[in-house]
Amino acid sequence: MILALSQLACARGGRLLFTHLSLTLAAGEAAVVTGPNGIGKSSLLRLAAGLIAPFEGGVTRSARMALMTEDLALDTERRLGEALLFWTRLDGLAAAGERVARALETVGLARLADVPVRLLSTGQRRRACLARVLAAEAPLWLLDEPGNGLDGEGVAMLERAIARHRETGGAVLLTTHQPLAVPGAVILPLAERVPV
Amino acid sequence: MNAALTLIARDVRRGYAGGGAGLVCGFFLLAVVLFPFAIGPDRAVLARIGAGAIWVAALLAALLPVERLVAPDCESGWFDQICVHGLSLPLVMALRIAGHWLAFAPPLMLAALVAGALFGLDGLGMARVEAGLLLGTPGLAALAVATGALTAGLRTAGGLAGLLLLPLALPLLIFGAGSGDMGALKLLAAVSLMLVAGAPWIAAAAIRSVRD
Repeated sequence: MILALSQLACARGGRLLFTHLSLTLAAGEAAVVTGPNGIGKSSLLRLAAGLIAPFEGGVTRSARMALMTEDLALDTERRLGEALLFWTRLDGLAAAGERVARALETVGLARLADVPVRLLSTGQRRRACLARVLAAEAPLWLLDEPGNGLDGEGVAMLERAIARHRETGGAVLLTTHQPLAVPGAVILPLAERVPV
Repeated sequence: MNAALTLIARDVRRGYAGGGAGLVCGFFLLAVVLFPFAIGPDRAVLARIGAGAIWVAALLAALLPVERLVAPDCESGWFDQICVHGLSLPLVMALRIAGHWLAFAPPLMLAALVAGALFGLDGLGMARVEAGLLLGTPGLAALAVATGALTAGLRTAGGLAGLLLLPLALPLLIFGAGSGDMGALKLLAAVSLMLVAGAPWIAAAAIRSVRD
């Protein structure tokens, strides 16, 4: 087991978003959280990441994680490669530079490694965020609307990256409101869990 | 250890980026130069108020970088990634204080040499001012980081930062300006240490509340 959500309830701004949500992800498994805007998809991911505390229930993680949100979290004045290298160095793992180079190659941004982050387009920034997830080489991926801002080729690249991660023993929890091909994933339609 | 050095190096780089340290020093020297214009050219008077004037200018200069110490990282989701990487927020803020001090204090202490010459401070007077700045600027850096965190995300952050930082920095000003006395230096060091010890926890709590 890489991630276990047990009887989770989430309250934000005095509003109960969802209750009794349980999920277990083992190596190679994936779960896709769907639902309309404001239903708590991002909050669920932040709960899973430990960024906010649940109203009820518990979260158990047994492996390192990597998080992709709507936020860039890269120094915009630095070159893309250097900005990503900062995060991989924080992990303290070996060959940080090679991991970043591999990740940039995978997301199709290798030629932009020396370009300042501030000059990247929205889609390129999303790819850069995915590159940070790839470079972390963490078993658990938490992806919040990872397809946003990506073109068709970018979405296909994302689907390939998720599939490869699962093949190598990783687990993925992602939210989306657009169709993503994640074969065999557990679908969590969050709207159905909102108490009336 | 590598993570700590990586974080400090980033903060130092950001401190010097875009002429940030130069701006602080320029503002500091400009504020110092105003005193002789307002008080007059009497060298004895200027030498007597020199240490106090330098400390007032240092406090005002410390306000300049406050808005970019924490707020941009809150807005960009940087702290979320820090937490995902399993790093302790108070530790990260302690390192940010260290990084900010490295980018802020050495240039300021160099500029203080110029300011001391403007006020006609003798060698001993200058050494006392520099000793005071060496002991007091860590506290000032801690206050700046804590204030930056407390005002992050607020529309009136700039004005509020001044209202928060300046009153809290009064002990530093009082003991720093009186650094000719060994007792004042010891008290300055004590206040500075207290601020450095407390600020990371305050800053971390403020960031958590912004993130929630």
